[in-house]
Amino acid sequence: MKLEDLRKIREKAEKELKLREGKARVKIVVGMGTSGIAAGAREVLKAFIDEIEKRNLQDVIVTQSGEKGLSSHEPVAEVWEEGKPIVVYGNLTPEIARRIVAEHIVNGNPVTEYVIEVKEA
Amino acid sequence: MPKRLDILVCSGAACISNDSTTIKNRLQAVLKEHNLEDEVAIVETGCMGPCELGPVMLVYPDGVFYIRVKESDVEEIVKEHIIRGRPVKRLQWTTPEARRIVEEKKQIPFFEKQLKIVLSNCGKIDPENIEEYIAVGGYEALAKVLTEMTPEQVIEEMINSGLRGRGGAGFPTGLKWKVTRESPGDEKFVVCNGDEGDPGAFMDRAILEGDPHSVIEGMAIAAYAIGAKQGYVYVRAEYPLAIKRLEKAIQQARKYGLLGNNIFETSFSFDIEIRIGAGAFVCGEETALIASIEGKRGQPRPKPPFPAQKGLWGKPTLINNVETFANVRHIILNGSKWFASIGTETSKGTKVFALSGKVNNTGLVEVPMGITIKELVFDIGGGIPDNKKFKAVQIGGPSGGCVPADYADTPIDYESLRKLGTIMGSGGVIVLDEDTCMVNLAKFFLDFTVEESCGQCVPCRIGLKHLYDILDRITKGRGKMEDIETLEKLGEEIKRTSLCGLGQSAPNPVLSTLRYFREEYIEHIKDKKCRAGVCQFEEAKEEEVSLEEKLKGIV
Repeated sequence: MKLEDLRKIREKAEKELKLREGKARVKIVVGMGTSGIAAGAREVLKAFIDEIEKRNLQDVIVTQSGEKGLSSHEPVAEVWEEGKPIVVYGNLTPEIARRIVAEHIVNGNPVTEYVIEVKEA
Repeated sequence: MPKRLDILVCSGAACISNDSTTIKNRLQAVLKEHNLEDEVAIVETGCMGPCELGPVMLVYPDGVFYIRVKESDVEEIVKEHIIRGRPVKRLQWTTPEARRIVEEKKQIPFFEKQLKIVLSNCGKIDPENIEEYIAVGGYEALAKVLTEMTPEQVIEEMINSGLRGRGGAGFPTGLKWKVTRESPGDEKFVVCNGDEGDPGAFMDRAILEGDPHSVIEGMAIAAYAIGAKQGYVYVRAEYPLAIKRLEKAIQQARKYGLLGNNIFETSFSFDIEIRIGAGAFVCGEETALIASIEGKRGQPRPKPPFPAQKGLWGKPTLINNVETFANVRHIILNGSKWFASIGTETSKGTKVFALSGKVNNTGLVEVPMGITIKELVFDIGGGIPDNKKFKAVQIGGPSGGCVPADYADTPIDYESLRKLGTIMGSGGVIVLDEDTCMVNLAKFFLDFTVEESCGQCVPCRIGLKHLYDILDRITKGRGKMEDIETLEKLGEEIKRTSLCGLGQSAPNPVLSTLRYFREEYIEHIKDKKCRAGVCQFEEAKEEEVSLEEKLKGIV
């Protein structure tokens, strides 16, 4: 690896992280640390994927991360949408995950009662 | 079988007069055309309320609310929304409430008061994808030190930053690097201490799981600074996910040429291996950890010589904690001045705490040094559940002590905590409410350290057991007043004479509860009363019969 290589990877990866280039409109990041998994994050992740497949939403990707810290509100997931603040959800269940896909991702109405934070992208 | 979707058609009087029945019939027909009648249920409901917007229709579980629906819209709704999952925007009613919440940028104090440096990537990037780490500036600090800085400059930068060891003792990190660099030896090692053993602490686990590359990068920078080619990460076997993610991260870093030979086309070569520990608390002590990596029994040895002089296989070795290494790249990229501007006079940067116990928001928090205990418990932690009274916090786990509520305005830094008889430790914070018995709490931690003592030195092996036995007696209502003095004397003696940090700090929970909650000990002994209602006192026993008395009739 050369220095330039690192810069190149960064440029490319930065774009993907920020969802530019129209590859995906929405990214869902599920916290998959030990606390999250213990609280049921795996089922939540599966529900997100399943619901997105069921609705054939091709512009939504689901990915994982470590934990955000708020263990008492696990499972936690973030919804990243281009040009919008990041919405963080807590206390998720597979049912709520499905609702988030339907109400927030599809309809643009965040499921407010489970929003724990909204922050700048 | 439940249906995938429910379409609720309003059949209130207002909507019916707006022809909602025709819409319902049309809907039935279109669903049938597309063979959807098994998947979608049509439910006629009573009045939904917003009659002036009728006919209205609600689709569940999506929660999509359609207004002013006409017969001619039904086909589109079925084709777009029901089949493709894309609600018909022009007919949709968005509640102002939902829009407002996003626009107002809801912040709860849990996140607001935090300053995330070490945890900045945790919960944000995919830890199993090195490119996401690179996207947020990963490995740029390594590139910078290898191509622009001498090892001496790196060490100077670390010294100027004021970073101190996050494992608990708070030794200046830069100085440790400098000593290791200056120790004579042809081969040197870098070791990452991930043997996080305090009950309730999981900072290191979260970092290894959420941002493993930041630890790898920190270790590589340290290796360059001290002149090492090989590094080891010591993680406990109880952290399978952390091990898996770290292993994956190491493999990816190798694949990208960020570990291995001639990194960034320089003469610097470095690689990392994982060593899995069996989960003994004492192996968090650096000399015991080294012994364990060497394949020996995990027992500490006297210092000096320090690992910086004689460490792994007798070679100069740099041991830092996971969180310490995770700080390194930020210091290199943003500069020591930036880092030193955060925190207090003597404690720079941030500290990650694992907040647990009787507090509303439990979890991991990263705060600037100098934040007060009150802010931590009430602003970030959200206070005590069930309107109970805040009693104390136990900081530093079994090696730490408790700080009573009266001292809640104390800023959290290495020195202030030491003055109060506790230590920063690795960052476990247990919040206690009025239902906690302080004597029982001390007993709980002693139970842990008695179990975890390696048994090598007498003060720790026998002394701690005596401390425990006395505490046990007191919590059962069999304590004597002179026990208090014995606890204090014995505790101080164990601290003074134990071989390693385990024994030297294990009496802290007893000594600090005696310091701040002595009246509870006295109540237990004199009144056989536990104000928290935790301790179960045994019925007063008949006067003990001496051995001679018992033998009288026999001999």
